[in-house]
Amino acid sequence: MLTRREALLGTAAGTAGAVLLAAMAATPALAQVPAADIKSLPRQKVNLVAPPFVHEHEQVATGGPKVVEFQLTVKEQPVVIDREGTTMRAMTYNGSIPAPMMIVHEGDYVELTLVNPETNEMPHNIDFHAATGALGGGALTHVNPGEQVVLRFKATRTGTFVYHCAPEGMIPWHVVSGMSGTIMVLPRDGLKDGNGKQLTYDKLFYIGENDFYVPRDENGKYKSYETLGESYEETLNVMRGLIPTHVVFNGKVGALTGDNALKAKVGDKVLIVHSQANRDTRPHLIGGHGDHVWEQGKFSNAPAKDLETWFIRGGSAGAAFYTFLQPGVYAYVNHNLIEAAELGATAHIMVEGEWNDDLMAQVSAPGPIRAI
Amino acid sequence: MKLKVQASMAIAATMLAAAGAFAPQVVEIAGKAPAQMAAEPETVAIAPGSFDLRLPGEFLKNDYPVDAPLQATKVQRGFAIMKYQVSAADYARCVADGACEAPEASAITAGDDMPATGVSYRDATAYAAWLTERTGAVWRLPTDTEWAFAAGERYADDALLLDSNGSNPAERWLARYRSETGKSEPDPEPKTRGHFGTNAKSVADIAGNVWEWTTTCYTRTRLADGAAKAESLDNCGVRVVGGKHRGYMSYFIRDGKSGGCAAGMAPDNLGIRLVREPDSLLARFRKLLPAKVA
Ligand SMILES: [Cu+2]
Repeated sequence: MLTRREALLGTAAGTAGAVLLAAMAATPALAQVPAADIKSLPRQKVNLVAPPFVHEHEQVATGGPKVVEFQLTVKEQPVVIDREGTTMRAMTYNGSIPAPMMIVHEGDYVELTLVNPETNEMPHNIDFHAATGALGGGALTHVNPGEQVVLRFKATRTGTFVYHCAPEGMIPWHVVSGMSGTIMVLPRDGLKDGNGKQLTYDKLFYIGENDFYVPRDENGKYKSYETLGESYEETLNVMRGLIPTHVVFNGKVGALTGDNALKAKVGDKVLIVHSQANRDTRPHLIGGHGDHVWEQGKFSNAPAKDLETWFIRGGSAGAAFYTFLQPGVYAYVNHNLIEAAELGATAHIMVEGEWNDDLMAQVSAPGPIRAI
Repeated sequence: MKLKVQASMAIAATMLAAAGAFAPQVVEIAGKAPAQMAAEPETVAIAPGSFDLRLPGEFLKNDYPVDAPLQATKVQRGFAIMKYQVSAADYARCVADGACEAPEASAITAGDDMPATGVSYRDATAYAAWLTERTGAVWRLPTDTEWAFAAGERYADDALLLDSNGSNPAERWLARYRSETGKSEPDPEPKTRGHFGTNAKSVADIAGNVWEWTTTCYTRTRLADGAAKAESLDNCGVRVVGGKHRGYMSYFIRDGKSGGCAAGMAPDNLGIRLVREPDSLLARFRKLLPAKVA
């Protein structure tokens, strides 16, 4: 829905105001705002933050629509993807896997500067699933090494959306080499539980799941390559088998465990955004639930309630809202448990607080079997 | 292939020796063999002594998990323990002899200076039996007590020392997680022999990033008031592994990471270090014989 201020902005332009207003009322997402008016909108420059964290943002928008500026710089770099030191020739936006999350509100304009430094080998671009037209922006953002491009699109639909690189002929390779991220378009009045009740989160955990396909040598050891070009053909062969060698959260086995485990307190309301640009996954919080889950990630739909496991379609991002009720060490996994335990898709959340005996108690500790 | 041939030569030599004929020839064959025979591994003599041992296993008091009791422990008899972990090359000799199973494929490292990893408790005991046969000395896995004593200053007390009453079980889970995270080796790739240095008892690489199997079974004990054991139950399907922090592994697990639980820190690698029993009179006598070809 458009806010009153948006409607006012429309009339303020003075160009066939009445017609425009009528059009907006009918199909708000399709309402056209003249370029001159976009220029007059307030601008906000946002510095992106590496996952699992996100940049500061309002959950309920206080002003009218803005032009929100982001910059992504493509970094082609070797990245260690497991504890054994397996090194993949990665392609990334801003050096992180997944790429940083952008957060805007419905009706805002996203203005992205995409930079492809000269030191890179490959052309790149960006396809925003949240954007409309031109292959999600892919057709307008092709940049060779040494070039940059600026794309603007209007955030017309709310939800969590994947964005990813999509260069002709090499789309899956760029995506499974790390070039995907998430944009969240919040409703201007924030998240609701489906019955109109406001849902405000204390923390946002941004989990990007990746499937990697690393070739092995004749001894079964993972190979590493000097250049992207050298890695291409053998990587493609593994990709065609459709069996990932690694399925990881945030770019690496153990990226969100041990010292990097996520942290929360009993009572914390947490929004977990889970993004997978290529392959289906099924997040599950062991010992917890999804209180309100937008499995498809689109906030115009009422969230599902009390889920045990939710399904994130490959090429989408979903969001789960949960209030922690018990302390402990939680595992947040892809509930294909083979992928979780053997291939890497496990995160840990350390939750401090008071134990609730009413919810659970060990009535009798393990001991010898008594006569029944 | 080459090893197989030599093994059969060794058998032939035994038969010849049994026949009592051609003795000089036997010696000659045996003389060629030692390069392929397991050389007597270098050991460190651990002198008798006493130390405080945090007992292995889990302990309950009033139905709540508590730190294991600290027990003043006397090691009456000294013992000899391998200075280095069993090497990948030595383990490969056992595999070549058909007495050991090949280690887990992803864990295969080669060479005399790399530790054997990707081995289960079963593999470790098979190796000990093979080495015993090969060298004439009796080799076995250490007990948890022996391991902890040999580890000396590197033996980590795994008590959490919480002063809560146990009514919030999450406190122990969080404390354990923090403690194991703090102790974990950032780099789990096995390193060359000596990489982690020696401890005060001259034992090399102990409590590095390769955990070592012991014979000690997992046990759960209920403590009565005081430190007396009220009752306890062993599960020998799970054995203690010694390392940066004590671990408990099912006997068939070869990759510690797979054997770990959903929300804990797992051993990086599983390997072997054996204790050599003092020679029996018979063994000492056997050593005087020219060929240890059996
Ligand atoms: Cu790309």
